[in-house]
Amino acid sequence: MPRKLPQITSDSSAFWQGGESGRLMIHRCSTCRRFFHPPAPICPFCGSLDVAPQATSGRGRIATYTINHQAWKPELATPYVVAIVELDDQPGLRLLSNVVELVPDQVRIGMPVHVTFEQHEDVWLPLFKKAE
Amino acid sequence: MMFDHLYEKNVAIAGVGQSEVARPSDKSAMRLTLDACLEAIADAGLTRKDIDGVACWPGDNNNGNSFSPVGPNALIGTMGLHVNWYGGGYEGPGPLAGVINGAMAIAAGLCRHVLVFRTITEASARRLDKNANALSNKTAGRDSSFFWQWYTPYEVHSAINLMAMYAQRHFHEYGTTPDQLAQIALTCRANAELNPKAVYRTPMTMDDYLASRMISTPLRMFDCDVHCDGATAIVLSRMDAARHGPNPPIRLEAIGSALHQPWSWDQVSLTGGASIDAARMMWQRTDLKPADVRSAQLYDGFSILTLLWLEALGLCPAGESGRFVEGGTRIARDGALPVNTNGGQLSGGRTHGLGYVHEACTQLWGRAGQRQIAPHQVAVAAAGGGPLAGSLLLVRE
Repeated sequence: MPRKLPQITSDSSAFWQGGESGRLMIHRCSTCRRFFHPPAPICPFCGSLDVAPQATSGRGRIATYTINHQAWKPELATPYVVAIVELDDQPGLRLLSNVVELVPDQVRIGMPVHVTFEQHEDVWLPLFKKAE
Repeated sequence: MMFDHLYEKNVAIAGVGQSEVARPSDKSAMRLTLDACLEAIADAGLTRKDIDGVACWPGDNNNGNSFSPVGPNALIGTMGLHVNWYGGGYEGPGPLAGVINGAMAIAAGLCRHVLVFRTITEASARRLDKNANALSNKTAGRDSSFFWQWYTPYEVHSAINLMAMYAQRHFHEYGTTPDQLAQIALTCRANAELNPKAVYRTPMTMDDYLASRMISTPLRMFDCDVHCDGATAIVLSRMDAARHGPNPPIRLEAIGSALHQPWSWDQVSLTGGASIDAARMMWQRTDLKPADVRSAQLYDGFSILTLLWLEALGLCPAGESGRFVEGGTRIARDGALPVNTNGGQLSGGRTHGLGYVHEACTQLWGRAGQRQIAPHQVAVAAAGGGPLAGSLLLVRE
């Protein structure tokens, strides 16, 4: 069974579809200049409605991770890595993703990673790879 | 903010009840609920005619789903209760939200005796589908859930993946080890051996723990609570009414329900989540201190959450919970701070939330039989993880 995909809204489309042009788009407040995630129509820091998606570096470090061994669906290939990545663009700017193209046991907290995209229908899923 | 009205001190737990805790039970969800509720009402020296309020978390939020098959509507209709106020719903400060809401209804003058209950039939559900209880979004089609939409595309199908990342971060930041984390499971099992209702009562060794299957690193099978069928109930009474009952009133000395962080499993603090906010609020509402606590019934849906609650509640310094529980002596029944004295959810059964309050009261009233700890007056019960957190400081009068 393929990955369960998110419903795309006017708030989330930039995040899920920015990968079409190779960009990791994260919402940013034009008033206080802070990035925030997940995307929403209001800045959770200052309350401004003047927010819009902006391209980020797509680079960050692994804040924490887990290697999942349980096959929650019969066809799920295990093990795989789920991680929370902190982007270099702003301290504390985190998102959840998978770290791919590495032996799961090699994943470490603090490991530098960069974004890569995997297309499923109209979603370009942001995933992360170990940075060289 | 400073609080100028500490409403909960005028509310007491007057009685408790619990059905069988089985894996699975042959009884219907409603029968389990009634077993718990009727026992709690009788324990408080009341009859069903005295009950004028009903509270539940999370209520019947999913059409009879095993996570909460009976809500206030069903119970009130079935029992023929006459209530002035009732409520149940998933959104709120975690599994103790029913207690907190019920206490507010009493303090607001709407009710005198509120029945709070929680029913769960996840063991039965697992007979039909082994993944029935994974907390992921199972709706068909694309995911539009407020928070799961950010996780399910990444093959996060259970809360354990999220809790495991909290554990991994704790290991990294504070040097917590698998042997230390194991003490939660081992302590719960040792306590469950003396609890006739506990689901798992055979002794567990460190080797057993370390040999248990890895589910999501660093969490193993024995770091996960055990599904069961069962119901738990408590009766909350206005303090003046509680004083006329057969049991010494157990005062709600302070509640913690605060959330000062994003409602999100990956955006909250990775080493404490909302438990930090709830606990801070709780201590702002009392003159008591963490050192006064003599029994701690702390959420162990996953073992790591018990460590995080120990720190959030100030029962040990931040980052020190691994070393605090090392060897298990401090948190044993005869230790300085007995934890999860009925076996918790890890071995006792996932009664989910209200079980901690039931056990805290059972111990405070000296009714815990073989597992009874030293006489004491102050206990804490806390439940939740990530952005969900609520805590109760309980004082036997």
